[in-house]
Amino acid sequence: MVTSSAQTVATEGASLRFAGVSKDFPTPDNVEARTVALDNVSLSIAAGELVSLVGPSGCGKSTLLRLTAGLDTPNSGELYIGTEMITGPSAERGLVFQDPNLFPWLTVRHNIESGLVARGKLHEKRHEVAEFMRLVGLETFANAYPHHLSGGMAQRVALARALINHPKVLLLDEPLGALDAFTRMRMQDEVLRLWQARNTTMLLVTHDIDEAIYMSDRIVIMTPRPGRIERTIPITLERPRQRNSPEFLRLRGEILEMLHFAGAEKATA
Amino acid sequence: MSNPVQELKGPVQASSPNVKARRGVKIATPAALRLPANIFLAIPLAVAVAFGVHLWASKNQPAPETNSYNLFLGALLFLSIAAAAVQPFWSHLRRWMQHMCPIIAAAISLLCLWEVITSGLRWLPMPYFPSPAGVLQSLVDDRALLFDSTWHSLLLLLSGYALGVAVALVTGVCIGWFAPARYWGMPLLKVIGPIPATAWVPLAMVVSPSAMFSAVGLIALAVWFPVTMLTASGISNTRASYLDVARTLGAGPWYLIFRVAIPAAMPNIFIGFFMGLGASFLTLVVAETVGVKSGLGWYVSWAQGWAEYGKVYAALVIMAAFFSTIMTMLFKVRDRVLVWQKGVIKW
Ligand SMILES: Nc1ncnc2c1ncn2[C@@H]1O[C@H](COP(=O)(O)OP(=O)(O)OP(=O)(O)O)[C@@H](O)[C@H]1O
Ligand SMILES: [Mg+2]
Repeated sequence: MVTSSAQTVATEGASLRFAGVSKDFPTPDNVEARTVALDNVSLSIAAGELVSLVGPSGCGKSTLLRLTAGLDTPNSGELYIGTEMITGPSAERGLVFQDPNLFPWLTVRHNIESGLVARGKLHEKRHEVAEFMRLVGLETFANAYPHHLSGGMAQRVALARALINHPKVLLLDEPLGALDAFTRMRMQDEVLRLWQARNTTMLLVTHDIDEAIYMSDRIVIMTPRPGRIERTIPITLERPRQRNSPEFLRLRGEILEMLHFAGAEKATA
Repeated sequence: MSNPVQELKGPVQASSPNVKARRGVKIATPAALRLPANIFLAIPLAVAVAFGVHLWASKNQPAPETNSYNLFLGALLFLSIAAAAVQPFWSHLRRWMQHMCPIIAAAISLLCLWEVITSGLRWLPMPYFPSPAGVLQSLVDDRALLFDSTWHSLLLLLSGYALGVAVALVTGVCIGWFAPARYWGMPLLKVIGPIPATAWVPLAMVVSPSAMFSAVGLIALAVWFPVTMLTASGISNTRASYLDVARTLGAGPWYLIFRVAIPAAMPNIFIGFFMGLGASFLTLVVAETVGVKSGLGWYVSWAQGWAEYGKVYAALVIMAAFFSTIMTMLFKVRDRVLVWQKGVIKW
């Protein structure tokens, strides 16, 4: 159903490049000191690549996504989409926030439509609204207001709202975190299907190692204070991947060990 | 104890598929299917008592004055009996009656009490405190002028309120959204705003070409301050994450203001509307009392000048009905506009 629209609207992913990106914030309780959220982060993401960002809480994952979306500007370094420098937000870089942040005054349908309304494309693309509602399984809630939705449903609406703009780059900040295990696995498959159909570049923040291994081409592991890239791990498993194949489980063990090691190193330092 | 419960459960189960089919998911409450006798008999009983009190109190009153009150009580009695007879077949009426009967009966009892202490026992000095029958008679006698006064008050109130709200929304959005407007506008708002609009009355009477004109301006000013203040604070407190979401969806400034900031500020704006409405009632009555030569405020002071206290109370009764109707209408508008908050708001 969505593949058909993907054929009519062939969205090509765009590459991303972060060159020495640093971001710090004023520390609330100390005027002099700054919290370094990101320290000299450099990373290249190919067009159509799906990269997962993992790391402990507070290591700057959300900050990196906000910078990529253009909602904040780095203190130093540059971010590029293709060859263009990112200077502000744009519909070509969709962001699904950690909280669903649905507009409470709009129904589910109108929340999903809001991207089209904002770009003045509602007339042209109204037919896609129903498709995306079906995709996230919320057709029967089209006229419900957000405060009637469960956390998982709200997060699915937020996903549909970001997808309807057919962004070249989709930034996902734990979009499936609030979902139950079954819906979560189903949505992982749906996101993968969209990704393959559209060749969208995706940057996915997750706390779930299984999700990172199952979905991504590459896992980027970050360490906190200051936020840095610890290492990147390419995942070369054949797609579609089996969640319980021996290779999958072996990789999972290795990564868990690595993360644990990273934590122990931090503690001794 | 268990008997009435079973009695109530019977009809619910029998008709529940029917009720469900009609009202969707809503579940009928047992009480809605059957009205206790004490509820639908409350009004006829209260009216009967009122008749008795009136008969006793009006022994020493001229006949024409009691006529319209008798008619009023008679009509009330007829309506309440008719409603009690019809309600088993009309669920909407039944729900309304269940809610309203005790209140209406209490109001009628208050009328009785009023009659007892005025024309009955004559506890209060007579010309200043007429009986309900006297007030009703004044209301009926002077209905043409009262109607005309209400109409003028309505026109004045609506034009002042509409002007105030229109200006306040523009200034409120500007102050809330644009930093320079905030910098220059906020001090002005904080200094000029808190002066009660009625304090400008003497100045307005001198400066403006007509009393009507200055009254509209004063009401608008009274409305302007609270609506601007609350609109500005609502807009500037829009959750940053809503604006961020909209930006990543490709929204421009127009969308951010009109489709995000204003809807997000709507609950606040409505608080401003209600505060402004209260202020506009006050200013309306003051303006009509001191300057404008029409309207309910003028009528009250005019009737008082002629020592016709029956008319004063009649005008107050009309004023109460008039203002509370407008207030109710604003509540209805609010419920429509803020449906998305349903279950969240409790005022
Ligand atoms: N607006 C801000 N003002 C001040 N400090 C901030 C701000 N945003 C982020 N920080 C700080 O930057 C650091 C990184 O925050 P960020 O939200 O990017 O973490 P995260 O990796 O997304 O964490 P989590 O997994 O818990 O979501 C934290 O120490 C946080 O306190
Ligand atoms: Mg985060």
